[in-house]
Formats: sequence, structure tokens, C-alpha cells
Amino acid sequence: MDAFTTHTGIGVPLRRSNVDTDQIIPAVYLKRVTRTGFEDGLFAAWRKDETFILNNPSYAAGSVLVAGSDFGTGSSREHAVWALMNYGFRVVLSSRFADIFRGNSGKQGLLTAQLAQDDIELIWKYLENEPGSAVTVDLVSRTVTAGDIVAPFEVDDYTRWRLLEGLDDISLTLRHEQDVTEFESRRPAYKPSTTVA
Amino acid sequence: MSGTLAEKVWDAHVVRRAEGEPDLLYIDLHLIHEVTSPQAFDGLRLAGRTVRRPDLTLATEDHNVPTTPGPITDLVSKTQVDTLRRNCEEFGVRLFPMGHAEQGIVHVVGPQRGLSQPGMTIVCGDSHTSTHGAFGALAFGIGTSEVEHVLATQTLPLKPFKTMAINVEGELQPGVTAKDITLAVIAKIGTGGGQGYVLEYRGSAIRALSMEARMTVCNMSIEAGARAGMIAPDQTTFDYLKGRENAPQGADWDEAVAAWQHLCSDDDAVFDAEVDLNATTLTPFVTWGTNPGQGLPLGESVPDPETMGDDNEKAAAQHALDYMGLTAGTPLREIRVDTVFVGSCTNGRIEDLRAAADIVKGHKVADGVRMLVVPGSARVRLQAEEEGLDKVFTAAGAEWRLAGCSMCLGMNPDQLAPGERSASTSNRNFEGRQGKGGRTHLVSPLVAAATALRGTLSSPADLVDLVDAGAFEGSK
Repeated sequence: MDAFTTHTGIGVPLRRSNVDTDQIIPAVYLKRVTRTGFEDGLFAAWRKDETFILNNPSYAAGSVLVAGSDFGTGSSREHAVWALMNYGFRVVLSSRFADIFRGNSGKQGLLTAQLAQDDIELIWKYLENEPGSAVTVDLVSRTVTAGDIVAPFEVDDYTRWRLLEGLDDISLTLRHEQDVTEFESRRPAYKPSTTVA
Repeated sequence: MSGTLAEKVWDAHVVRRAEGEPDLLYIDLHLIHEVTSPQAFDGLRLAGRTVRRPDLTLATEDHNVPTTPGPITDLVSKTQVDTLRRNCEEFGVRLFPMGHAEQGIVHVVGPQRGLSQPGMTIVCGDSHTSTHGAFGALAFGIGTSEVEHVLATQTLPLKPFKTMAINVEGELQPGVTAKDITLAVIAKIGTGGGQGYVLEYRGSAIRALSMEARMTVCNMSIEAGARAGMIAPDQTTFDYLKGRENAPQGADWDEAVAAWQHLCSDDDAVFDAEVDLNATTLTPFVTWGTNPGQGLPLGESVPDPETMGDDNEKAAAQHALDYMGLTAGTPLREIRVDTVFVGSCTNGRIEDLRAAADIVKGHKVADGVRMLVVPGSARVRLQAEEEGLDKVFTAAGAEWRLAGCSMCLGMNPDQLAPGERSASTSNRNFEGRQGKGGRTHLVSPLVAAATALRGTLSSPADLVDLVDAGAFEGSK
């Protein structure tokens, strides 16, 4: 996983709330068995509409998605994160994220920065008035800068540290393998096994 | 120290706790299927890692499988299923493949084998893993990276969830079911209302539910945004589990029950939030929009977006009505459907099929309506056939299928065509969920069956001219 400190890229104002993962990537794209190449499925249904924001050439190369509240609800599919990242997004800004999506994002290196809805509205207006403008997301200072707007965002300390260091989860856990083995020795005997019966 | 049920199960599984870091939580059971696992196994292979506990891991094929006899014809679906088979073989994971007597939807298979037990931590790369919380387990959906993490370490680093009590008191009227409880809860707290929480369903109405009905309630917790749903185990739970092949046997059983009896929230436990719902006044619930929170009692009409909260909410509701092809003010009962789907991990268990069969018995599915009945597992199918339910459905003109996720999601041949409308016992009415352009109304098995007979969204109480529905009068 690549370390993330600061990122500057074109901001894409997505004025929709409750964007569920079926909209981010429809189920039909879930049949693949690879980890890459999901960019064609990103917002697949909406991209057929020529007025959709990513079909506007000014925003097409966007890497900072500025979304409405409750982004990433619904199915736990991690493909939603892959689709966003394969397309080129490194950051999603929203006033509220669905838990599973947010967890998945942190593990893949996609920053989900939680801002006040008022700040989201300001950034939307700015990006709509000046299409193709850049947004800078600084994970060190936890701030988003868009034109004159400087807004703080929330991300939990642990995820932030992991992103800053570019650390992958499994290696971190394996540093405590001894604890896992000790825990296993204390598990009750009545716990089920999938390999019997 | 007093605590909630969720906190007790959590605390009993902490492998390691350190200031400023998530807890490292041990996972008792890891269920996998063909959709969210290939990239996880790929990750293991790339890093040269193995599956730490194949004996705590179980795989089934469900999302992609066709529910008509014969092999998978869709090449991409076949690739996923073949990949799962190869991965299970290579990493020593037990698999129930298509055609196996134990195959079925992952959330039906675990409980029916007695694998899902009180006090366990259960995960699966599927958000409806919350189903298993019906047993008093802490069960939640995870992403593919987490699947890889659990395969490699049998643990997950997690921050504690908040807890919310959902108190459902009173007695359900005839014709009102667990599905109506859960749709009413979601309509009340919204699709984001449960965000960050484990919901614990409590109260007399919950205690009175069967295990299968409890699974329906917990299954849909995710649709309120919650990580998990739980119900404290009781005699109903123990009776369901006793004798199942993966339940404890002999002295182990006694030891387990003794431990399980302590699994409840203490009287003085404090929840981070509480919500109350009156079961007695509940009536059959249906959704009108494109998220599970957009639901209303069947007796009402399609709502007017103009009467809703802020501009975003108005716009979202209008967008939903446009997609659904509905006009504000239309009585929900007048909405005509093309398809009725009974099945899924929400309502694909034997009790659900029995309930639907009771309604359609001796009648015909309305002209122009296609009714699909899809058992949640091969075992449910077999049991239904032993009880003659298959004949009831086929005599009524419904299709009786093989086990799988089927029309719950557009990943297998069972789909809605663009513009088609369904009454569906599944869990999600998102745009395109049941097929591109398809329109979904979420309903209970009883409403699904009544709708199949009348052709418009209906409850059993509406069938008074068709059947002796006196028993369902209260649900009108």
C-alpha cells in the first residue's frame, strides 16, 4: 500500500446523498476475480447519462470525489473501493460514510475524509463555478483546501497513521501472532468446527 | 461490571488491546462465497501465506448459481465459481458446491447446520452476515481485504461498535411478520440511523419470534446502516440448536448452554441509543422507493416528495419515484407487479415458504404475474418438497427453483427486465439491484404471496374474496 501524506487533484462535485455501493459499482462487475480493471464499472449506470458529472471533460480526470452524505451504503463489496481507485480517485469527501465502506477504504489506501456538510456545500459551489479546479487534501494537518476554502476533516488516528506510513493490516497483526496462539489455547472446547459432520 | 450483550461477546474475543489501536478480535467462524473471496485468496498467494484455521472456515456457492438445473452458462459467473473451487482445494477449505446436499445461501447454511451459535464472532464477506446475530452471536459483514486478513490470521483489528437497543413490545397481529418489524424499524431510523451501531432487538415481540423470524430481523440490520443485529439467546435458541450436526454434543452441550445463559444485556447496561417500536399497532409494510428506509404501511399511498424534510431529501424521493415509475398519492395497494420473488437470505427459510404456501394453496397466481419461489438452501428445498410445498406452488402457477441467491441481486440468470416491477421478500430495493431498470418493492412472504394472487400489492387480509382470510383481518 502506498503511503498517503498529501494529495492534490481535480475535485468532482457529486451532488447526491445515499450513494450506495450498487451505484458505485453494479453487481454485474463483481464477477471478476482480479483486483484491477474495475474503472469501467464505476458509477456504470449513471455514466450512461451524458449529463453525469464524470462525463463532463472538466471533471473526467478527477481524483477527489466530493460526495453527499451517507456515501458507500449497502453491500460490503470492496470492489467499490477498487473501482474508485482504479478510476483514479485517491480521496472521497463526505459528511458521513457508511461504516463498511469506510473500513474497506482505509485498508486500500483510499482516504475517506469526513467534513461538515456546510463545508461540502461550499466546495460543491466552488467546483461547480470553477470546473476542473484542484482540491488539496492534507492528511498531516487534516485539512482540505479548495480555492479560498480551508476546511478541517475527521479521520480516526489509527487509520491516519496507517495511511501516512502505508502499512498493510496483515503484517501488523502477524507481529502479535503469539497473542493469537495463546488466545486459541483458551477457547472453550464446545466451539464448533466446520470440518466435522 | 455491567454490559450489553454485544459488549460481552466482544470482550470475550479480544486477543490484544492497546491504547490508540483497534482491538484485535478473534473470529470463531468465517463463511466465504465465490464473490468476495477470489481476491483475498489471491492476496494470500501473492504473500505466500496460508489459511490459519481451515477448521473455522466454510465456503458455499450462492450468489452466481443458476436456480434452474444445469451448469453455469455465464462465463464470468463460472470463472468465479471455478476460482472458489480451486482456492478451497489449494488452501484446504471445506466447500459445499452446487449440487451438494448442503449447498445454499451462506446465511442459511450456517444456521441450519448449527454452526451459528450464541456468543460467537462470525464474519463473512457479505453484509447480510448480520443474520447470524439472531443466535446472540456478534456477526457482521466484511470487505475482501478483511476476508484475506481473517484467512491469514483468524482475527480482525476492529474498533468497538456502539450499541443501540431496539425495543419491540406488544404482540404482532395476524398477518404481520418479522419482515414488517424490520421494515418499520428501518423506516423509523433511516438507512443511516444504525451507522456504527450493533442493534440489539429486545422486548416481548422479539422474544415471541421463532429463530427463523429472528434471522429475518437481524438480517436487515445492515439496511439501517448497522454493523450487526443481535438477539439474546433463550430457550427458543437452544431448542433450535440442539441436535444439529455442528452444535455441541453431550457434555459439551451442557457446558455451552450454561455459558450461553449468561449472554444477555445486564439490567443496568447502558446503550448508546434506544428506539421503541409498538408491535401491536404494526401492519404489513412495503417499500415504495429505492432504499429500504423508503417504506410505509401497505394501507397508505405513495408519498409526496414535497412534504419531505430538506431539499436533498425531496430530490432523493422524487428521483426514487421517477425511477420506480410511481406518482405521489397512488394507494400502495393499487400498484401492479409483474413478478413476485419469495426467497433470499432474508426470507428463504422453511417457515417463509410455509407461510407463502399457506396463502397460495388452492389458488392461482394472477394473470400476467410470474412468481418465483427459491429455497434458501438445498436442505430447505428438500424439506419443502417433503411437506408438499413445491406442489402447492407449482399448482398455483409459480416456479419452484433450486437454492441460491436468485433474484435478490442481479448476478445470476434470475433478473427483472428494465421497467419490470417486483414484490420481493429480499432485502434491497436499490436501483438495478434485481436487474437493470428493475423496480423492487420489499415485502414479507405473506404480502408476496397475497400480491401474487391479486396482481397488486396486497396483504392476506385483502384476499377475503379468494380465501377464508378471516384469520388475517387484523392485518388490513
